[in-house]
Amino acid sequence: MLSLWMVLAAVAILALSGAPAYLLASHSKAGQRISTILMLIGSVVGLLGIARKISGVETPSLQFEWQIPWGQFDVSIDSISVIFLAIVFVAPVLGSIYGLSYWKSSEHPENSRRLGLFFGLLAGSMAMVTIARDGVLFLIAWEAMAISAYFASTVEEDSAEVRRAGYVYLVATHVGTLCLFAMFALWRHSTGSFELSASASSFSITGEMAGAIFILTIIGFGFKAGLMPLHVWLPGAHANAPSHVSAVMSGVMLKMGIYGIVRMTSLLVRPEIWWGSSLLIVGAITGVAGIAFAIGQHDLKRLLAYSSIENIGIIAIGLGLALLGKSQNRPDWVVLGFGAALLHVWNHSLFKSLLFLSAGSIIHAGHTREIDKLGGLAKKMPRLAILFAIGSIAICALPPFNGFASEWLLYIGLFRTLSPDSGVEGLPVIASVSVALAMIGALAVACFVKLFGTVFLGTPRSEATLHAHEPPKSMLLPIALLGAGCAFIGIFPSIVSPALESAAGEWAPSSASKVSISEVAPLRWISIMGGSLICLAGAIALILKALPRASVAIEAGTWDCGYARPAPRMQYTGSSFGGSIVDLFAFILRPEAKKPSIEGAFAKPSSHKSSVPDTVLDKLVLPIFRMAGRYLPALRVMQQGKTQIYVLYILIILIVLLLLETMGA
Amino acid sequence: MTEKIIHVALLLILPPLLFGVIGKTKAWFAGRVGPPLLQPYYDLIKLARKSMVFSRTTTWVFRAGPVVTLSAALIAGLMVPLGALDSPIAFTGDLILFAYLFGLARFFTTSAALDTGSPFEGMGSAREVTFACLTEPALFLALLVLAKASGSLMLTDLLHGPAEGFSSGMVAPLVLVGIGLFIVLLAETCRIPVDDPNTHLELTMIHEVMVLDHSGPLFGVILYASSIKMFVLGSVLLHVAFPFKTGEVWIDVSLFVLEILFLSILIGTIESVMARLQMRHVPYLLIAATLFCSFGFLLLVR
Repeated sequence: MLSLWMVLAAVAILALSGAPAYLLASHSKAGQRISTILMLIGSVVGLLGIARKISGVETPSLQFEWQIPWGQFDVSIDSISVIFLAIVFVAPVLGSIYGLSYWKSSEHPENSRRLGLFFGLLAGSMAMVTIARDGVLFLIAWEAMAISAYFASTVEEDSAEVRRAGYVYLVATHVGTLCLFAMFALWRHSTGSFELSASASSFSITGEMAGAIFILTIIGFGFKAGLMPLHVWLPGAHANAPSHVSAVMSGVMLKMGIYGIVRMTSLLVRPEIWWGSSLLIVGAITGVAGIAFAIGQHDLKRLLAYSSIENIGIIAIGLGLALLGKSQNRPDWVVLGFGAALLHVWNHSLFKSLLFLSAGSIIHAGHTREIDKLGGLAKKMPRLAILFAIGSIAICALPPFNGFASEWLLYIGLFRTLSPDSGVEGLPVIASVSVALAMIGALAVACFVKLFGTVFLGTPRSEATLHAHEPPKSMLLPIALLGAGCAFIGIFPSIVSPALESAAGEWAPSSASKVSISEVAPLRWISIMGGSLICLAGAIALILKALPRASVAIEAGTWDCGYARPAPRMQYTGSSFGGSIVDLFAFILRPEAKKPSIEGAFAKPSSHKSSVPDTVLDKLVLPIFRMAGRYLPALRVMQQGKTQIYVLYILIILIVLLLLETMGA
Repeated sequence: MTEKIIHVALLLILPPLLFGVIGKTKAWFAGRVGPPLLQPYYDLIKLARKSMVFSRTTTWVFRAGPVVTLSAALIAGLMVPLGALDSPIAFTGDLILFAYLFGLARFFTTSAALDTGSPFEGMGSAREVTFACLTEPALFLALLVLAKASGSLMLTDLLHGPAEGFSSGMVAPLVLVGIGLFIVLLAETCRIPVDDPNTHLELTMIHEVMVLDHSGPLFGVILYASSIKMFVLGSVLLHVAFPFKTGEVWIDVSLFVLEILFLSILIGTIESVMARLQMRHVPYLLIAATLFCSFGFLLLVR
């Protein structure tokens, strides 16, 4: 029980951490420090709380009635909450420490207090989302999260781009929430209460109703998680937010969408076969398209945002496999798919926060988000370069870092669907999703070699990058901690498997407890192989050093085929690096390019411009909205702009509903 | 134990010979005498004794590239059974690590190329990562077919096939997969018709252009690593192409050596009688490899 109180205390401390700054002057350093210290206290208390929960056996829960119509205050921590609470208590506090130098109150007196307030509120409400066990309480926490993310990400609202991104986000998140309203309404209709528990649902929810709830779950939470084609808000919002806010949004907030899907599928006890298969397909499409879009981006943070979509796709594939296992009664699929999905939730929150925070430091140094204007930063910021390389290798799921561990589990799970005793004809075709995963892997390597290579390697492409220098310690420390996390889980993945197994047991009580991860996937071999890879590389490096003339290293220019004056602008840019892949995927990416043209005998100056806009947003969503804008203004008569009129509407609707109710009776 | 020692010895010693055999074959087709069979070994020894030249633009990434590539290739080699020999390292799911080790090598090779800031090397690494996006699906489809046919997720069991041998229904899928894997082998080891290791124009190269700036021992490491890569991928293919074994260790080892040398002659022959494809046609060939493997997979699971 103490563990729950500790987590609740953490929620309160995190949520209010930004408030004290409002008592002080807007440029005061102290206010910002206080909120970071409060975040730190809150996170430590929360982490201790979940540590206590893990060491105990009970599932602490707490309920009391409240005055708000419907629902009750009902919170509980189970093994699934633990997984998601862990990332809520890690990434935001690191972001807050980073923010001390990144978003100094002395440099941003106009908005640093607002940022601090909503940053804390965002962290606190996300923690609340994962422990709420009542539909109404859940929606309140959910909405607090969505709104505080909006206010935290749009602090630079004097820029039109930021306002537009914020607007798209606000619309998208509320369409998603609308689906959740419908979903909880159906839930209450069939179970009779807003209580989110499996015992409430197992008898009362019929097949079709469960299917409807499942679809609304995927759409409602899919908007938040960024499943394609519901991802439209994501690239813009992440690109235009301050970097530590992007880190938290991408590293943690998207995972709340995943949490919602996990929670609801744990409550719907009898999944059907099409649930898992459709989630697998959606996941594969999200993954491949997400990373293909990422390769086409010129903006550092938009690229990272699209890569988050890709990772959400990978997580969705894992959940799809687990759902399929639940419906087919295959504990090995459940434990591997679910374990891979949750481990990837952790991993992604580590390496994506790392990359977004590094992106912030890069932007500080180069004063631009444009990849093709950066370059050669590895010489100026050697430590950041190593950390960024770790993050890139990890996100490409390459050994020996953490991304590989989760994808490895997922691959084994998918390969195991080949085994013939699954009972359904043609089910082994599911295994071909692993081919999509392989393609995602190859594309991710292309994407992050492009990013790392263009930004950190070669020679500086602009004046600003020429004078860049290593970020201060308070910015480097959070990034280094995240990098250490990537390396640790990468080498010792078996340490986290008990947490994953118990979460899987909570999610599918009937089947998952029968199989442990180590039975089907020997994680210790990942440690052995990762260790030997590092040792072997070290040994080869030593042998090379020991060679007779190895110490004689001559410095020279890069080979330029005899051309004597190479210039930084002649380097391959990120755009040209990704160009051939963009062409390969042109059928979904729809790249736009303005080719240079030569006119007349004496050619005039010309220019080349290329971009990969978001196909879904630009070609589908915006035209629909434009059409709505053309045809729906007739309804504006309803919109009087006077509160009294709106209250009147509510009154009229209530009376009509009451009438309907009495007539129905 | 003897088997493990033989395995490691073969893995460390034999690979450069493949390049020697390919060179000899090409020389024979051209009516030349050609360099001696052991020339790749002489080259390695010569390179090991040289000093290195580094571009002023480069950082640690440039030096880490070859080192990581070689370690990844060696570890991948330890997980692949050579002919009838079981691999020294085998565990469930090692096939995924096997494939991803090549991904790691690719990450470092291409990053090291970008580290020089040369447009040519950028071009080469862009091509390398693009073509990998098409070979990777083919490789995984092939692994799926083999996993389904053998019922195992361990490379050793997977490549040796079921104890009673492949059933007749598996012949067609295995043939299709064999063709697909052969194309993957040619693409991954940068041979004609995908890439020409002997080309003289930087603009048209893929692999060679990425290592233009490496010199001395580091360049030797690159050559050695790429020969190991060919050896390892070649032995994967040989399991599909010649799934025969006698049960007698020494005969099987000699048989394996003969097979892999025959494979090098085959590659040399292809290099002698074919021209390389236009760069924009290469994706078609690689997609064809994916299609071969996909049909193999569909035949098996239908």
